[in-house]
Amino acid sequence: MIAVSTLLALAMAVTADGPPILQPGAPGEPTREISAERSRALSQTRHTAADTRFMQHMIVHHQQAVDMVALIEGRTSNPSIIAIGGRIARSQDDEIALMRDWLIRRGEAQEADDLHEHHGAGGHDHHHAHHGHHASDDPDDVPLMTGMLSVNQMRALAAAEGGEFDRLFLEGMIHHHEGALIMVDELLEHPGAAEDIIMSDFTGHIVADQMAEILRMQNLLRDLPPAEEREAEPHSHHHHHHH
Amino acid sequence: MKHLLKCTAALGVLSLAIGTAQAQVNTVGEDERSHLAGGLFDAESASWNMVLEHNVPPIDAFFDERALFAPAQFMAAMRAAREAEERGEDAAPPAFTPLALANTDFAFQGDHVIMGNYHGFLIYNVAGDAPELVTAVVCPGGQGDVSVYGDLLFLSVEHNRARLDCGSEAAEGEVNPDRFRGIRIFDISDITAPRQIAAVQTCRGSHTHTLLPDPNDENILYVYNSGTQPVRSGDELEFCSDGQPGENPETSLYSIDIIRVPLDAPETAELIDSPRIFADRETGEIAGLWQGGQLGIASQRTSQTNHCHDITVYPELGIAGGACSGNGILLDITDPANPSRISELFDPDMAYWHSATFNNEGDVVVFTDEWGGGTAPRCRAEDPANWGANLIATIEGNVLRGQTFYKLPSTQGSSENCVAHNGSLVPVPGRDIMVQSWYQGGISVMDFTDPRNPFEIAYFDRGPVDPDNLVVAGYWSSYWYNGRIYASEIARGLDVLRLEAGEHLSGAELAAAEAVIEAEVNPQTQTRIVWEDSAVVAQAYLDQLARGEAVEAGLLERAGTEVSRWADGRMNRGNLRRLSRDLASAAAETEGRDGARLTALGELLGRVAG
Repeated sequence: MIAVSTLLALAMAVTADGPPILQPGAPGEPTREISAERSRALSQTRHTAADTRFMQHMIVHHQQAVDMVALIEGRTSNPSIIAIGGRIARSQDDEIALMRDWLIRRGEAQEADDLHEHHGAGGHDHHHAHHGHHASDDPDDVPLMTGMLSVNQMRALAAAEGGEFDRLFLEGMIHHHEGALIMVDELLEHPGAAEDIIMSDFTGHIVADQMAEILRMQNLLRDLPPAEEREAEPHSHHHHHHH
Repeated sequence: MKHLLKCTAALGVLSLAIGTAQAQVNTVGEDERSHLAGGLFDAESASWNMVLEHNVPPIDAFFDERALFAPAQFMAAMRAAREAEERGEDAAPPAFTPLALANTDFAFQGDHVIMGNYHGFLIYNVAGDAPELVTAVVCPGGQGDVSVYGDLLFLSVEHNRARLDCGSEAAEGEVNPDRFRGIRIFDISDITAPRQIAAVQTCRGSHTHTLLPDPNDENILYVYNSGTQPVRSGDELEFCSDGQPGENPETSLYSIDIIRVPLDAPETAELIDSPRIFADRETGEIAGLWQGGQLGIASQRTSQTNHCHDITVYPELGIAGGACSGNGILLDITDPANPSRISELFDPDMAYWHSATFNNEGDVVVFTDEWGGGTAPRCRAEDPANWGANLIATIEGNVLRGQTFYKLPSTQGSSENCVAHNGSLVPVPGRDIMVQSWYQGGISVMDFTDPRNPFEIAYFDRGPVDPDNLVVAGYWSSYWYNGRIYASEIARGLDVLRLEAGEHLSGAELAAAEAVIEAEVNPQTQTRIVWEDSAVVAQAYLDQLARGEAVEAGLLERAGTEVSRWADGRMNRGNLRRLSRDLASAAAETEGRDGARLTALGELLGRVAG
């Protein structure tokens, strides 16, 4: 049954005589004729610097979720945590691949040049995670971006086990996902951002997916057996300002 | 788990019974379609019981290889442009977006096949040997879902960059008076020179739309609009407002839009209502259906039901099937301006309810699940066989009930975006058959006459556009129209395919389907298929009865003889009348589909015998 179709092998985009290329006007206005080149130019969508930076940052942000899931093994046997962790890792991995692909196809670097000199510097004009919430001067207490866990929070998660791990994991991941929603909000404040079609679909999916996972994790968190009173809430993340 | 069960009960969720044979099959196997060699215009192809008759490749104005691929030289150009910019020189880098020139949905009228595109629409004349492009209209804005009604053509527009005037440059900024997102209406009385005559703005743009003629006033056409995008700013469009209903009861989420078009003055078309079709029947709560998330640990993450993705109306039956993100719903549309929900279905294996197709009787509906949004590979060996599939539901006493799943029965590669997508009925009398697109998974023809045991009867597939990278391509829509299958390949153009008779489709069944000629077809507006009384239709029923054992061999043989005589122009009316009566008696004793076939055949022969 398999056959290389010669029909298709011969077929290429053609310039042969065809009908005129028409571009309508606004309602009631006349239709005009344009060239094929003009038509192609109209099809191009610009992506903005904000789009690129969003993708570069979101890759780092997603990677931390994958790192958090990698901590599950050996620290908890709660099947709900294992299951949701597996799902989160898979979806974040898929999205990381999509984001890398998006950047590569647009000739953009996969890494932002503003992230690694971040600590202490005012390089970020749109990530406010370090304003207000963290009194400590220890750079390991400052998350790299909105919704990410700080180095010290990741250490605390790695040191936890059993019910304590489950709680820290869920709280951290909910916080993490909420951060992604804030990043989308912030992106959309930039003029012309997310006009790129793939970009626009992707941000839509992030919002839907992360909201769904947050709901699920909030349910799991509610169902955890009551924890012993702890001294302080390790993740102080309930005060994000939405724009 | 307790709270999940409680939540299920509270929502009145009808979850699909996971006890069918289908549910045991968790994976899809490989076949000849699984490893076809790739290429944009020279991919290897495989087909079974169908033949590609024509491929009409895209024209230059609607094709840009750079939009599909990002070749190395393009990346170099981008870098050069950026460097120039850093030096303070003027150099706007070109930007290319996959899908910018994607072919999408269809509408059909007479000899014309209208193919939507993210960039506008294309009209082909298919009266001759090969389709001929007669009209190319540039009007960027995605997705370019099209419908046709007499001299009017309707186009869905959803992108932020779209402009009222079909776009000299993108409409920028959060608020822009030139922006247009909604339904455009074109006058196509001269089909080679469409003119835009109206543009109806909506709060979430238009992803898809569906035409519904007023049953009592032939001057009125309704358009059900499904917008899936974020809500537009109230500063741009004053009646729009965002937010959850708890905070904002006026929210533009949780509704569909109804546009009323007076056919004698279509330029006055207007949005008349955005009904709350997802509201809880008892409490009236606007957000009454699925709120998003997973039902259980092993479930899909199902989207929130705050919009419909697509609605298919069946006006003769007064019902519509809504594929509404987190739920499949059934609407009563006897009063088109006031649709009301009569049933809803949730299923833990459905991620995103995407489209609905009724069978001809209107008692079965095929819902698709566009898991991954259509741009992801979801037919790989590791992808569950009931995710990203069709959910086949029955309608019994106005209640939707999920029966089973059907997924493309062939694993596809990770460079092929693949998931259930648009299709329509193949009009074979006595059977329910649907031809359907699966993006780069190809075209699959499914028999769902038994809604619990669907099976494939034909396919066509090409290898990936790019074997090493996922390039978004493949079939968006595959629809039957007047004897052929028209399929919109996102990147490769318009394809025309022909079904072939074989083990699963007899010559008479195929001939009966090919004899059905419609003047106008919008696949989301289903009309009842009616077959002419002909010997091939009779023979089609006979071929179907012969496949089973419900009918006595003697009766079948007699019927075969009489139908052959009729086909040969030697009709014996007396014999046919007696045969008609005997078939009716046999029908009374035969259950299920064979009983219905006996009835239909008996009545048909009775009519022709006079």
